[in-house]
Amino acid sequence: MKRWLTSPAGTGYFLVLPSLIVIFGIIIWPILYSIYISLHQLYLVHPGKFPFVGLENYLKILQSRVFWAAVGRTFYFTGASVGVAIIIGLGIALVLNQDFKGRAFMRGLIILPWALSSVVNGMMWKWIYDGSYGALNGLLLQLGWIDSYKVWLANPRAAMNFVIVAEIWKETPVGVLFILAALQTIPSSLYQAAKVDGAGAWRRFRYITLPLLKHIILLLIVIKSVWAVRDSFDIVYMITRGGPAESTQVVTFYAYLTTFKFLRFGYGAALSYLITLIILVFAVVYMRLVYTETLYAEAI
Amino acid sequence: MLIYALVVLIFLFTVAPFCWLIISSISIKTELLSVPPHWIPKNPTLRSYKEIIFGGVRTTRAARYFKQAVGNSIIVAGSVTALCLVIGSVASYSFTRLRFRGRRSLLLMILATQMIPAVGIIIPIYVIMMNLHLLDTHLGLFVTYSSFVLPLMIWIMMGYFQTIPIDIEDAARMDGCSRLGALVRVVLPLAAPGLAATGIFAFIVAWNEFFFALILTETATKTLPVLISEFSTKFGADYVMMSTGGVLASLPPVILALTFQRFIIKGLTGGAIKG
Repeated sequence: MKRWLTSPAGTGYFLVLPSLIVIFGIIIWPILYSIYISLHQLYLVHPGKFPFVGLENYLKILQSRVFWAAVGRTFYFTGASVGVAIIIGLGIALVLNQDFKGRAFMRGLIILPWALSSVVNGMMWKWIYDGSYGALNGLLLQLGWIDSYKVWLANPRAAMNFVIVAEIWKETPVGVLFILAALQTIPSSLYQAAKVDGAGAWRRFRYITLPLLKHIILLLIVIKSVWAVRDSFDIVYMITRGGPAESTQVVTFYAYLTTFKFLRFGYGAALSYLITLIILVFAVVYMRLVYTETLYAEAI
Repeated sequence: MLIYALVVLIFLFTVAPFCWLIISSISIKTELLSVPPHWIPKNPTLRSYKEIIFGGVRTTRAARYFKQAVGNSIIVAGSVTALCLVIGSVASYSFTRLRFRGRRSLLLMILATQMIPAVGIIIPIYVIMMNLHLLDTHLGLFVTYSSFVLPLMIWIMMGYFQTIPIDIEDAARMDGCSRLGALVRVVLPLAAPGLAATGIFAFIVAWNEFFFALILTETATKTLPVLISEFSTKFGADYVMMSTGGVLASLPPVILALTFQRFIIKGLTGGAIKG
């Protein structure tokens, strides 16, 4: 027994055990418990009643138009925020990769939006968008683009885009940092050779930089999509609470309302299980990318 | 010259929104609420900071809540960081250096848990915490946070352990150290800068977390993000006060991130960039 404990395998298990207990106790066990709850009707307002209803919750959700509308909004939120944040991130990274005075300072500063909490970020943008006193109104008025202050967030067609802008601002740094790190691994000799061969800036970008960034951008798209679905709740909660007229009600917020406002725990559990499944599709893609593309490939 | 124009644009994009929050927090109401607002306040004042920290005529209640929330955030984020550093670092070492059956699948499973959305596990966690009478307690938040901070830390720290030459460890064991002895006396001290960086990262993540705290806390253990989210409903639409709270809540993560940016950037990108 003592010999086993001091063997590599024994020590290995011994050292990972505490972490495993915490991670699996608080994540895997609840996930399984969640399936169990989702097969029952559980209203917190009727304690003691807990009838088994089978797949009824899932069937109801899949037939619900509110659910599919929320899923659609979630995809729009995710696609737009991830796409634009990566494009802006790529642009910023390319600039910060050039030689200029104060480069180190700018590279450090770029992390600022990431460090803010989603709550402060949401509050800040809500204040900027404010219909009576907001900075956006003030700025546009001074520029002469509008004649009078507008209540931006009251427009069901536009509200989601304002939420997305706030999310993009906070999420851009991660893209910049990833792409910048990848850019620094490209040997400058490649560019010099291309210059000698007469390739202009655009061709060097198109045929050297972009192909070498392909993997990191792919990785960013997947991981940021997962994060965006996950984080959509915070930003929507802070800026619009799903309104106006449900126009920003993403699926995470819908699950929250169902469960913790209407106290339908069984229905909510089924709902959140479906959200997890959607995300797991991305997660599987991500794991494959991580497995094949990163420095951990050998380690795993 | 074009490059500097672009850099100025990037600079404005990065700092302008947060600067406006800071300016709002040091403005007086009439200046802030004029149309258009005074971008540079004529009479900047730190009064709102004084009131939120020490309490004022109208704000004693807000100040009391604020202090309590700061305390809760420090307790939760601090204890999560400490626990994750201790058990996460040894787990991470084990995954990097030791070969044992099931190691690969365990590691992949731990990675996969990072993908699970909070909303996917909040309901069972809520029910479990309710049954254990852990709702609205530090312990409940501490345990919940640890479960999603740990995988992140194990993953990031693996990058640091990989950079420590295995020869050093072997030499220590030749000199009579046991495997654990070599880990504690040689490997962990060498990995200390990496551990510190990961700890800072964990602290920021735990400090900023909102969703779990919103659901699992009620009155006694509200963290700062939850309090901030209630500012407008609880204390009326006082934009100066709201901005002040936002700036104060952001100070720890912003200062930590800017001071240790090098480490954090490494931590954020370490797992994703080849060599």
